Amino acid sequence: MRYMLMHYETQADEDGVKPTPETIAKVGEYVQELSMSGVLLAGEGVASSKQGARLEVENGDVRVIDGPFAEAKELIGGFAILEVDSLAEAIEHARRYALLIGVERVDVRKVNEFDDLQ
Amino acid sequence: MTDDRIDVLWRVESPRVIARLMRLVGDLDTAEELAQDVFVSAIEKWRSEGVPDNPAAWLNTTAKFLAIDRLRRRDVQRGKYRLVAASEPETYEVSEDQTLADDLLGLIFMACHPILSPDARSALTLKLVCGLSTEDVARAFLTPVPTIAQRIVRAKKTLAAAKVRFELPDDRKPRTDAVREVIYLVFNEGYAATSGDRWIRGDLCAEALRLGRMLAALTPNDTETLGLLALIEIQASRLRARETPDGEPIMLDDQDRTRWDRLLIRRGLATLDRIEQLGGTTGPYALQAAIASCHARAARYEDTDWERMTALYDGLARISPSPVVELNRAVATARAFGPAAGLEVLEPLFALPSLAQYHLLNAVAGDLHCRHGDHATAREHFLTAAARTQNAADRSTMQRRASECAAGHS
Repeated sequence: MRYMLMHYETQADEDGVKPTPETIAKVGEYVQELSMSGVLLAGEGVASSKQGARLEVENGDVRVIDGPFAEAKELIGGFAILEVDSLAEAIEHARRYALLIGVERVDVRKVNEFDDLQ
Repeated sequence: MTDDRIDVLWRVESPRVIARLMRLVGDLDTAEELAQDVFVSAIEKWRSEGVPDNPAAWLNTTAKFLAIDRLRRRDVQRGKYRLVAASEPETYEVSEDQTLADDLLGLIFMACHPILSPDARSALTLKLVCGLSTEDVARAFLTPVPTIAQRIVRAKKTLAAAKVRFELPDDRKPRTDAVREVIYLVFNEGYAATSGDRWIRGDLCAEALRLGRMLAALTPNDTETLGLLALIEIQASRLRARETPDGEPIMLDDQDRTRWDRLLIRRGLATLDRIEQLGGTTGPYALQAAIASCHARAARYEDTDWERMTALYDGLARISPSPVVELNRAVATARAFGPAAGLEVLEPLFALPSLAQYHLLNAVAGDLHCRHGDHATAREHFLTAAARTQNAADRSTMQRRASECAAGHS
């Protein structure tokens, strides 16, 4: 089964502070770790909300709001998709990530697959 | 609660722990035994004190401590332990990137050692490298637990008797070949189950994918390993479209392609691009992956680039000829250039003793004769195929096609 790990931004990410070489190295190390476990399917980081937009729909009216958005720590900073046996296993991989990178919050969510929707 | 957690941690951490221990103590039996001691200590300690925030670090530190202790007691005279003890266990880092990769690769090489039988290699690899329990391995292979347990014990004895120790040979190529074989064997056992009621066993495919990804991460520039990974990812992308909810097979031309796994296809195609960049497109696995990608790229069956596929099969038949390749080449040729052209490739295969009992030869012959309009011959082939297959789902498909032919004939 698949799980998506999502980590959250800090205000510094949102302010466009470039990650330090140490952080980049740690992320690389983590990707290597996950790959060596054979569980990593995909993973990307996302740019600050300045380069994005938000759509709000009310009664069929669509409002497009350009970034940046308020509340940086509620914004997703990146994700990884893992193929593992259980939620518990996904959590153990997320734990490594959280400890290695030092992020404050990582959400672990099950990815719905075709058969879950039948 | 803690015990479930230990099961998960065993699955995630034991390959690393065992690999590390093997580098330290040299032999598999001791390494595995020590790894079990590490997890037993964890249960005892964590039951009273709770699980630490970083259990991986705790397990690794404890493993190193136990290994040093064991070496110290075992051969003080030889002074071996001093080498290991020189680094302080307390300052031991979990992520020593390169060496961890080497340790894991060494573990995989050992479990897939050519002196072991293919069955033994698969069982040992799933246990040591994927962290499966003996029960899980037995369930995966639909084999009684004592049989698997014995197979694993015997494999370890064989390695010990041959004095195979932790090693990363200078020439890794032949050893990597053996590892790829194991991965593909496990995948195929799951993809086209040779025994059991269903014709797919997803658990085995999942383990093979995990192993393939591990090996590719450990040897990132090995184009044949990448070829194997691309091949099994693309094949696995079709798993959920390949059978009905009752486990009946659905052939490629009838599959609902919206059910194919886009993420796996994308990964497979990206890996093929990487193989191209590395200039390794002519290896047997890379060619097979390219063949599989012809299906993956086609939105509808009729969009399949059969000519390209036939050319790829021609290439594969030249560098890695086998009856099964010929069989598939016949199918592709028939699609590209008509059933008569396909039958021409197929005909010589009936003379091969190795295929004399192979149900798929008759299944393909049945299909080509059917499309060529010779329903009576087609029916005979389908019935022969049904009689020869060991798989219940396959058999009923062949019987259905035989009766369809009878209907077409009348």
